[in-house]
Amino acid sequence: MSLIDKTAAELLRHLAAGDVTSEQVTKAYCDRIEAQDSRVQAFLHFDPRRALEQAAAVDAKRRAGHKLGKLAGLPVAVKDVLCTRGERTSCGSKILQDFLPPYDAHVISRLRDEDAVLLGRVNMDEFAMGSSTENSAYAKTRNPWDLERIPGGSSGGSAAAVAASMAPLSIGTDTGGSVRQPAGYCGVVGMKPTYGRVSRYGLVAFASSLDQIGPMAWTVEDAAILLEVLAGHDPRDATCASREVPEYSKTVRTPIEGLKIGIVPEFFGSGLDPQVESAVKSAIDVLKKQGAKIVEVALPRAKYAIATYYIVATAEASSNLARYDGVHYGWRSLEFSDMVDMYSRTRGEGFGAEVKRRIMLGTFVLSAGYRDAYYVKALQVRRLIKEDFDRAFEKVDVIAGPVAPTPAFKLGEKVDDPLAMYLSDIYTVSTNLAGNPGISVPCGFTKSGLPIGLHLQAGSFGEETLLRVGHMLQSHTDWHERRPALQEN
Amino acid sequence: MFSREQVAKVASLARLHLTEEETGRMSHDLGAILEYVDQLNEVDTSGIEPLAHCLPIQNIFREDEVRPSLPVDEALANAPKRSGDFYSVPPILD
Repeated sequence: MSLIDKTAAELLRHLAAGDVTSEQVTKAYCDRIEAQDSRVQAFLHFDPRRALEQAAAVDAKRRAGHKLGKLAGLPVAVKDVLCTRGERTSCGSKILQDFLPPYDAHVISRLRDEDAVLLGRVNMDEFAMGSSTENSAYAKTRNPWDLERIPGGSSGGSAAAVAASMAPLSIGTDTGGSVRQPAGYCGVVGMKPTYGRVSRYGLVAFASSLDQIGPMAWTVEDAAILLEVLAGHDPRDATCASREVPEYSKTVRTPIEGLKIGIVPEFFGSGLDPQVESAVKSAIDVLKKQGAKIVEVALPRAKYAIATYYIVATAEASSNLARYDGVHYGWRSLEFSDMVDMYSRTRGEGFGAEVKRRIMLGTFVLSAGYRDAYYVKALQVRRLIKEDFDRAFEKVDVIAGPVAPTPAFKLGEKVDDPLAMYLSDIYTVSTNLAGNPGISVPCGFTKSGLPIGLHLQAGSFGEETLLRVGHMLQSHTDWHERRPALQEN
Repeated sequence: MFSREQVAKVASLARLHLTEEETGRMSHDLGAILEYVDQLNEVDTSGIEPLAHCLPIQNIFREDEVRPSLPVDEALANAPKRSGDFYSVPPILD
């Protein structure tokens, strides 16, 4: 079995035992990237020499008997939205094409502290706005299971990198489903922690009350290992929680006795692909056979989640993206008449269509005369959506359902219909609105070999529950052991 | 419905220069999205406090102690245009 077929947990054991060096592991992934990424196009910035230098440094530390971190020697791919000191951080946008952050995001510091190897930076929808990674200004990442299809978005590069065995672990970000949905489409595990579980310091902001950073991997155990490293208090993020970080990597393997799984009947209505429905229900049956009880729960206002999300998220985005004005960093237009014209032309030239659409929508819903009717109204509905979840989680431990209504769609299929694109997030946005954690776990394939994801969500700070339930599923299924049939060069 | 005039007004607020073609598409796209989000009017929200932030924390401050910050050169390293220790921009006042 080659190195790139192993899980992160296995690689860490082999590295610790001295069976293999980090240079060997990193080289295996670099070779794989060189062999496959011209087709998959997950990586925006990849420098094998720098990756191998980091690997060699960890190997030297290990040989010298120094204490090593929890990810020592393991390569990790990072979504290009996390500031990494001295490295191009473009957020998939032309407006930041030459931006070199002068500091590391908190999670990047955590990776460095734990001796991970920063393998490279992966593609995304521009400023994390999108559900297919087609909004990247740089590349169209392909789904490794079918190169004519999208990998999902906005963390499409993160999902595809793992699914194509180009990285054992990756980091994505999730504002309305952007880790969980691509994970589902690409047959890997992707988790969005509770809002505030992971520091957003250095995460280029899209929607400040919704954004969270999350791990992606083949297995739930691997995701637990990475989450344990990323999570925790950071005084530089005033919105992050002070709570202790549980030992996710240890508790993940313990099944939950007397597990109660909530099913929302409306999640299985029209618009849901029958093969997705069937795979999701089979996965729930697997959990039933392990003793879980199914309880019907109601989320009466969940159907308003997309409308609520596209008001709240765009409003916040319009504010967060106001900083891209050509003054301090990023693109500045070459021709303009005065300062305001400089702002307008810089932004008009630097932003893509979807970003402009969302800035416009967000600006409108916050503008005088419309703010109460749209933005405040949406925040009120948001509270009701959250209350529905709180009530449901009094009765059940997790809510299970599909992560997306269909398997991965074809490139170009939804680019001309923004609303159709938005509706593919229907199962995931409510989790972000409520600030709850959610995870996508592979639960099957369509007849044509496209992955299907099971979405599990829990109440606030229910990460441990989600990881344990996800592991309960993976220990009785082998969906996560299948690999796409990518032709070797 | 979202008219071209409304598009122009919002684009000006957002400091976003749009071409004629972009304005037309924006009018269409925003019109469709706003029609979709109108369904929120079905929800009875009387007496409901808006929820802007999910974590029950407030007023996170730190002690007013001086800490190291970015050296000027690093802070200005990405400046599109620099003049000494300043970001150089077009005149703000005539």
